[in-house]
Amino acid sequence: MSRENVLVSAQWAEDNLETPRVVFAEVDEDTSAYEGGHIPGAVRIDWKTELQDPVRRDFVDREGFEKLLSAKGISNEDTVILYGGNNNWFAAYAYWYFKLYGHEAVKLLDGGRKKWELDGRPLSADDVKRAETTFKAQEQDHTIRAFRDEVVAAINTKNLVDVRSPDEFSGKLLAPAHLPQEQAQRAGHIPSALNVPWAKAANEDGTFRADDELREIYKDAGLDEDKATIAYCRIGERSSHTWFALHELLGYSDVKNYDGSWTEYGSLVGVPVELGAGK
Amino acid sequence: MTDSCGAPDQSAPIGDVGGETVLAGRVVSGDAPVGGAFVRLLDGNGDFTGEVVSSPNGEFRFYAAPGSWTVRALHRTGNGETTVQADGPGIHEIAVAVA
Repeated sequence: MSRENVLVSAQWAEDNLETPRVVFAEVDEDTSAYEGGHIPGAVRIDWKTELQDPVRRDFVDREGFEKLLSAKGISNEDTVILYGGNNNWFAAYAYWYFKLYGHEAVKLLDGGRKKWELDGRPLSADDVKRAETTFKAQEQDHTIRAFRDEVVAAINTKNLVDVRSPDEFSGKLLAPAHLPQEQAQRAGHIPSALNVPWAKAANEDGTFRADDELREIYKDAGLDEDKATIAYCRIGERSSHTWFALHELLGYSDVKNYDGSWTEYGSLVGVPVELGAGK
Repeated sequence: MTDSCGAPDQSAPIGDVGGETVLAGRVVSGDAPVGGAFVRLLDGNGDFTGEVVSSPNGEFRFYAAPGSWTVRALHRTGNGETTVQADGPGIHEIAVAVA
């Protein structure tokens, strides 16, 4: 996998705002940033209200995804450039989600909204309306999505990469430090998991580190390159960022994202849980 | 139960923090507040722990744990950082100047 096939730079993006068949989409769970100003021409995807099923704890189904993208004016022929706040967490999640439903022409804007803003590039508050399309999705590709039974079976067998912060991994915190700590489930991590916080894969400005740096980070943490890998975090978006680094940038072939993540695993009855720092 | 991972409103009243260790403060340039700065919380080893965007009045807050922390702010007009020793629960006030 080559970096150019999966990432675009902020400069490339600014040079291609008007390019036909290139659609920019901002993805966040808090979409108020978009309202204040977004990349000119970018449509908005609300991670919470548009990508999650409103009733079941799961994604919108294939038909729902087709309806959503059709309404956004995204067609199967378009290359979608995704970006967002929070160091592209939700954009990386959407990237993985687009791949899950078989849309191959999707790329991430390296550094996301942060890099764009730090560079002082143009933002627009204008409404964006694209003509409706007829988007066709594929069946979900479960070679990149892990479910709980598979995760339990992977203990001591596959690489499990817990990308939360060290304090969440050890059981000291139940959520990232920018959130109040009210939670219901047990703290800790899946036994045998490595702790490689997602942020290790990113530079301060939100761009991804170089491939050789990334490879070294995961190798030093104990990742066995000959084994399959499952990445998880708390709700599956930070681990999408790491899935992107491992699967799309480094090209490891069998890498799955466990979107159930700690909110599911840490609430399961009867599964093993480990406390304490990484080994 | 917080079922999301994005940051809540950085300017809302913090209220009763109970037993939590809260690092709260403001990003400034001279005397002027700096909104829209990327505020990063680094632990005692310099490792990234969390990031929020400062409110229009420059405010930010982190729910951390007792310990030594560095708060680093990035903005298109400049960067800056402040270290803080949070010895226990409560609200620890910090100002970060960017230049």
